[in-house]
Amino acid sequence: MSLIRKTAAELGALVASREVTAVEVAQAHLDRIAEVDGQVNAFLHVDAESALAQARAVDERLAGGETLGPLAGVPVAHKDVFTTTGMPTTAGSKILEGWRPPYDATVTRRLREAGLVILGKTNLDEFAMGSSTENSAYGPTRNPWDLDRIPGGSSGGSSAAVSAYEAPLSTGTDTGGSIRQPAAVTGIVGMKPTYGGSSRYGLIAFASSLDTPGPFARNVLDAALLHEAFSGHDPLDSTSIDAPVPPVVEAARQADVAGMRVGVVKEFGGEGYQPGVLARFQEAVDLLESLGAKVVEVSCPTFSYALPAYYLIAPSECSSNLARFDAMRYGLRVGDDGTRSAEEVMALTRAAGFGPEVKRRIMLGTYALSSGYYDAYYGQAQKVRTLIMRDFEAAFQQVDVLVSPTTPTTAFPIGERADDPMAMYLADLCTIPTNLAGNAAISVPCGLADEDGLPVGLQVMAPVLADDRCYRVGAAVEKAYESRWGGPLLSRAPAL
Amino acid sequence: MSAITRDEVAHLARLSRLALADDELDHFAAQLDQIVGAVARVAEVAADDIPPSSHALPLTNVFRPDDVRPGLSPEGALSGAPAVEDDRFRVPRILGEEE
Repeated sequence: MSLIRKTAAELGALVASREVTAVEVAQAHLDRIAEVDGQVNAFLHVDAESALAQARAVDERLAGGETLGPLAGVPVAHKDVFTTTGMPTTAGSKILEGWRPPYDATVTRRLREAGLVILGKTNLDEFAMGSSTENSAYGPTRNPWDLDRIPGGSSGGSSAAVSAYEAPLSTGTDTGGSIRQPAAVTGIVGMKPTYGGSSRYGLIAFASSLDTPGPFARNVLDAALLHEAFSGHDPLDSTSIDAPVPPVVEAARQADVAGMRVGVVKEFGGEGYQPGVLARFQEAVDLLESLGAKVVEVSCPTFSYALPAYYLIAPSECSSNLARFDAMRYGLRVGDDGTRSAEEVMALTRAAGFGPEVKRRIMLGTYALSSGYYDAYYGQAQKVRTLIMRDFEAAFQQVDVLVSPTTPTTAFPIGERADDPMAMYLADLCTIPTNLAGNAAISVPCGLADEDGLPVGLQVMAPVLADDRCYRVGAAVEKAYESRWGGPLLSRAPAL
Repeated sequence: MSAITRDEVAHLARLSRLALADDELDHFAAQLDQIVGAVARVAEVAADDIPPSSHALPLTNVFRPDDVRPGLSPEGALSGAPAVEDDRFRVPRILGEEE
């Protein structure tokens, strides 16, 4: 089997035993990128020279007798919202075109320390705002299942890179579903860890109370290995949780749901959901029951208000966070002709450097935080957030995990929702409650929708710091499906 | 009733330091009006006695030890600057002529 089809765990083992060199593994993936990325556009920046140098360093350390971690020498595609020294970091925006950060994000540093080989930076919706990657200033990424469809977003470059076999692993960030939704629509695994379980230091901020780095992989164990590699307490992030990383790798290996209590959230489903998605979801629930889980229906009444609350809270935080793009210290500067004031230059630069969705969200947030509207909008949304947390708390009194479809529909055609913000926002209907409450959730493939033959994701939600339960249930579902299907779902994707 | 008028968008754009073109104002007014109409649904939730949550974690006043550690070098800090003069950020004028 060619190197690009192998799992990250297999590649790590091959490199560690020196049956294959990390350089060979990196080169195989660079070749694949050269072959298919013209069609997919998953990467904004590929640095072959640096990737090969990183791989060579791993090979040399192994040759010197060192024992390295399980992912040493395994390639990773890194979302272009994490700062990286020696590589550009754009956040998918013109305002940061060509910017080379002077420091590494904690996630970047930990990838390097684990010996992972960073192939390059992946495309995203500008500043991670969107569900399709169409909001990138550098053109849309395409879904490897159907190149006329979206790969999800905002981490669409990362989902496409892994599903197109350009990398076995990638990083993402999830603010309202930006890891789980792209994973679902490309037929791979994506995990949003507990908020504070992975560091935001060096992650270009969109909504600081929601942003969470997490892994993408083609199977649950690989996702757990990457999760473990870059997570854990970081003194440089004041909202980082000072607790050990939950035992995610052990849980992924355990892959057993016998005796677990699984709750089906009553409020997800019905109008706006594609029948093929609901059919695959129901099958997944039946599967869990057949594997020995005890399935019950659970009500979370406030979840219906999660989407409106999110589209007040996230834009409010965005309007504040993006104030730092002021054309003074880094990034684009427009109109500085010696006659204009700093404020005029700022306004001209931001108008030229930000795309429409970013402008919409900055203005929406500015509106929601304005005197006179604050209590009715932002203040009320924060109260709804409390109620959503309480709904989760009550549900987790009764069950160990909650399940739902990850997305209401499969991947939609590029262009279909591009200028219809409200339609676009609906893509995150099922993923947003978890962001508001800060708990953990994973998306794993659960089949293809009958209408369009496109992947459907099963979302498994667990309490704060019980990330291992997501992996345990995800791995059990994956194992059962792979034996039923005779291989991973992704093996049914058309060849590029 | 329209919640967000064109004038309101112009005001928001000024507050947001966005020099929007005229056609953008019209386009955004219609879209923001639709979005605000949809998110206003949060008002339907009876939450008078519910405390607001700004955050998912109950964290306050997180400190790390006040250890001296290396920061960015002047070259690093200035490496992305649009304009530099004498190891400093060069910026457009901040005060008006008469100030």
